[in-house]
Amino acid sequence: MLAGTIYISFLGAAGLLLLPKGSVTAARILALLTAIAGFALALTSFVHHRSGELFTVTRVPWIPTLGIEYHLAADGISLTMILLTGIIAITGILFSWNIVERTKEFFAFYLLLIGAVYGVFLSYDLFLLFVFYEIVIIPKYFLIAIWGSTRREYGAMKLAIYSFVGSTMVLIGLIAAYVVAGSKTTSLVDLAQYPFSLHFQMLAFPLVFVGFAILAGLWPFHTWAPTGHVAAPTAASMLLAGVVMKLGAYGCLRVAMTLFPLGLGPWGFHVLGLTSWRDVFALLAVIGIIYGALVALVQKDFKFVIGYSSVSHMGFILLGLMTLNQIGLTGAVLQMLSHGLLAGLMFAVVGRMVYARTHTRELAILGPMNLWKIIPFAAVTFIVAGMASMGLPGFSGFWAELMILTGAWRSYPAYALCVGFGIIIGVVYIWRAMLKAFFAETGVELTSPQPSLPPITLPERLGAIILIGASIFVGVCPQVFQNIIIPAFNSPLFEGLRKGSWQ
Amino acid sequence: MTSINYAQLLRLALPEVIVVATALLVMATDLLVLRRCKTRVRFAVAAGLASLGCAGAIVRIFYAPEVANILDGILIANPLIHLVQTALLLLTIFALLISVDSTFTEHVGEFILLILIATAGMMFLVGTQDLLVIFISLELLSLSLYILAAFNKRSAQSWEAALKYFLFGGMSAAFLLFGFSLLYGLSNSTSLPQIAAAIHGPSLNPLLVIAIVTTAIGLGFKVAAVPFHFWAPDVYQEAPAPSAAFIASGSKVASFFIFFQIMTLGFAGAAGTAAFTHLVRGWVPVLALMATASMLLGNLVAIAQTSLRRLLAYSAIAHAGYMLLAIVAHTQQSLTALIYYVVTYALATIGAFAVISVVEEQTGSDDLSNFNGICRQAPVLSFCLAIFILSLAGIPPLAGFFGKFFLFVTVLGATSGSMNLLWLIVLALAMSAVSLYYYLRILKRVYVAPLAADAKEIHPPIVTQLLLLLLAAAVVALGCDPQLFLRHITAAIQSSIL
Repeated sequence: MLAGTIYISFLGAAGLLLLPKGSVTAARILALLTAIAGFALALTSFVHHRSGELFTVTRVPWIPTLGIEYHLAADGISLTMILLTGIIAITGILFSWNIVERTKEFFAFYLLLIGAVYGVFLSYDLFLLFVFYEIVIIPKYFLIAIWGSTRREYGAMKLAIYSFVGSTMVLIGLIAAYVVAGSKTTSLVDLAQYPFSLHFQMLAFPLVFVGFAILAGLWPFHTWAPTGHVAAPTAASMLLAGVVMKLGAYGCLRVAMTLFPLGLGPWGFHVLGLTSWRDVFALLAVIGIIYGALVALVQKDFKFVIGYSSVSHMGFILLGLMTLNQIGLTGAVLQMLSHGLLAGLMFAVVGRMVYARTHTRELAILGPMNLWKIIPFAAVTFIVAGMASMGLPGFSGFWAELMILTGAWRSYPAYALCVGFGIIIGVVYIWRAMLKAFFAETGVELTSPQPSLPPITLPERLGAIILIGASIFVGVCPQVFQNIIIPAFNSPLFEGLRKGSWQ
Repeated sequence: MTSINYAQLLRLALPEVIVVATALLVMATDLLVLRRCKTRVRFAVAAGLASLGCAGAIVRIFYAPEVANILDGILIANPLIHLVQTALLLLTIFALLISVDSTFTEHVGEFILLILIATAGMMFLVGTQDLLVIFISLELLSLSLYILAAFNKRSAQSWEAALKYFLFGGMSAAFLLFGFSLLYGLSNSTSLPQIAAAIHGPSLNPLLVIAIVTTAIGLGFKVAAVPFHFWAPDVYQEAPAPSAAFIASGSKVASFFIFFQIMTLGFAGAAGTAAFTHLVRGWVPVLALMATASMLLGNLVAIAQTSLRRLLAYSAIAHAGYMLLAIVAHTQQSLTALIYYVVTYALATIGAFAVISVVEEQTGSDDLSNFNGICRQAPVLSFCLAIFILSLAGIPPLAGFFGKFFLFVTVLGATSGSMNLLWLIVLALAMSAVSLYYYLRILKRVYVAPLAADAKEIHPPIVTQLLLLLLAAAVVALGCDPQLFLRHITAAIQSSIL
């Protein structure tokens, strides 16, 4: 049944293309219904599979000559990500209600992207996972290049090239692993249990990990993220930050770390005090957290603030992965969910509620408009999102960051301190952006914005409420997710990781 | 000397005979009956007749599959060769269908005749293991292609391109013949397996080295591998669209197949290796070098192109580089991968040329700026173009992606246990990441750029639209379910002992 999420999205995309020319409302409604149907399926599965154990959805031979199967399965981690995808899909459509130019195509690309994302999260065959992973690139490119704003063609191309280079690295590792294991199967579980030599894992792990981590915004390969986010239309930046970056992190966890667990082990020598790839990536993650936060602190463009904050928050996820203990890894998955919701919400505020009305994102120009009086809903939403993003208790970010910090404290006490510093800068940049964007400083002459801004519409309110509600739900009952994420790490897929460097 | 059974020979060559007879019939019909009709009508009738002929040949291959080997491999029939011949005939039909709406020449009968003669040449080419027949059929194919490239007599550039093609082709044919004569001298035979048996030895004879290099030059020219690629951009750009599509697809399939055959059958035992750390002399390092150069030059130069046809030419050079890797690997698996790759590549290329022919017809040139915003005028056409281009770029779930994946897997798996050829794979994949840039630039024109204010309406002819949809469906289907085609190739290769 869960496989339906993929098919429904693709069918919806095809159905949109068949609509008669110029049917804007019909396109919106069809897209929304498709997204809701996908979410409903995801939610039903989520409720049915409370154990979090791995279960097979579909498994049929696909290309028997090469031992490739069409194998969809899910565990607690996949279910969490599927649920996130469903929520972001619905709210993204709600926040794109104002798209009037080439509406049909917009939503068709959008649903194609969503379907492929569902596919990645559900694939348990490496080849199949890669197929879905690459399908994501093309609609992403067109969504930005056609409907984007600031330097959209540059941002779109940069994003496409970065993604493709990343997936090329993954493909090299994938082909090598497949051939070394005897060219018999691409099943993720079978490959994960194949005893690759230490030497091979040491080379393949960084290749595949970085390949995926490029999409997860790993410093210093993150530069596509801010430009891509800024250039993208609202719904696309919500998707990018909300789920597409998670694809990268998910790939790191699901593919790179499970296939080559020995690659995380010590090299046997020191370079600058680093002793393993794990140290290297943990360090890069921490640099990403602090660098992203510091850069976000000095941005003039409202959307760039959020773009860099994404880089910073994705650093938490990667650090959580590198802690290699249960609490850190669970925190990383929870952070994927939390950041997906919150980044989506923030991009919605900036892109849809503010930019679509004022046609500027310059903090210096937004400030004197004193927007909190004109569109208070936007201001309140941003404040709530900012609070959640800072990691205040009661919101999703709190638990995720707490768990990652605890995990990091056990593995890398020094890094945990740096991360704490990063969290403080996080408070500062959110605070600064909030003040500058919505509240005029005293003594500044108020500029009245273009003849009275249109009020916040119903779809926008709905979308914001869904996202805030979801974040609060995760913040209040994190155990709902913890209970299904933790058992997922007991599956045979993670055996190598548990036996190896697990702490 | 055994006596020749002419009846058997004729029966075995019946598909080729059907094609040649159709060629004559088309020529006669066109000159005798349709002389006074409009060019479009003449093209439609002639192409239709020719397609029927090709279809007839396919039916013959399909319903009377024979397995035979006449006179030490002069004429061979086995399932694998039948499969390749069927693919060639299908590609010919597609190329013929592109020409249906053409107006570039008055000499319709001759044009179609040449396409069919070239097809017969290709069919003989793939169905033999004898140097002499290989050379003769290769020349039959090449000479027809030179004329086809020059067929647009109204365009001086078309002439120029064809002349270039002819001069380079003549030169490379001379090299090939030189190599063949050395091989004959070394082995006293023209049959590939016997040559292999004769030249087998612990060290390479210097004459054999020359034979390897000259043969590689001759065949490298046919597949447009660097550094023998100079003809390709000009011919791709200036030849009439159906000719260009035919040169870019069918002739590629046949050339790659025979390239593989000559290298693996004729030079078996003189392979050498292309491992990065220790190269062993033989033909493998030669081809690895050509492949590397083709991938690098093709992909990098394609970035700078502004004409879609030239861009496709350089991308063809790059693809030739990828496909050469299959020959470098020279295993049974890699032959499977090569056939899958080259056929799906040919389908996508024919499709792209069909789109180009329509756009050119309306706008007058294939400059990339003429594709600005055509998705608003011709959504179906643009959608098909997107499928073809993305397949060439190797984006799943299209056929091009699986082709690449399978090809690289077999190449890496060829040297069992070791990762000798990994450097070639890494290079190939890195270059295919580069290629995405220029392929996306085409699609950016089609989907993102605004429509020019003075853009003319585009009305694709109905036949072309159907052809495009068929090709796009094939590319998607072969990508989503590669087993459809893979099954046949594997079965054919296994039942034809190589």
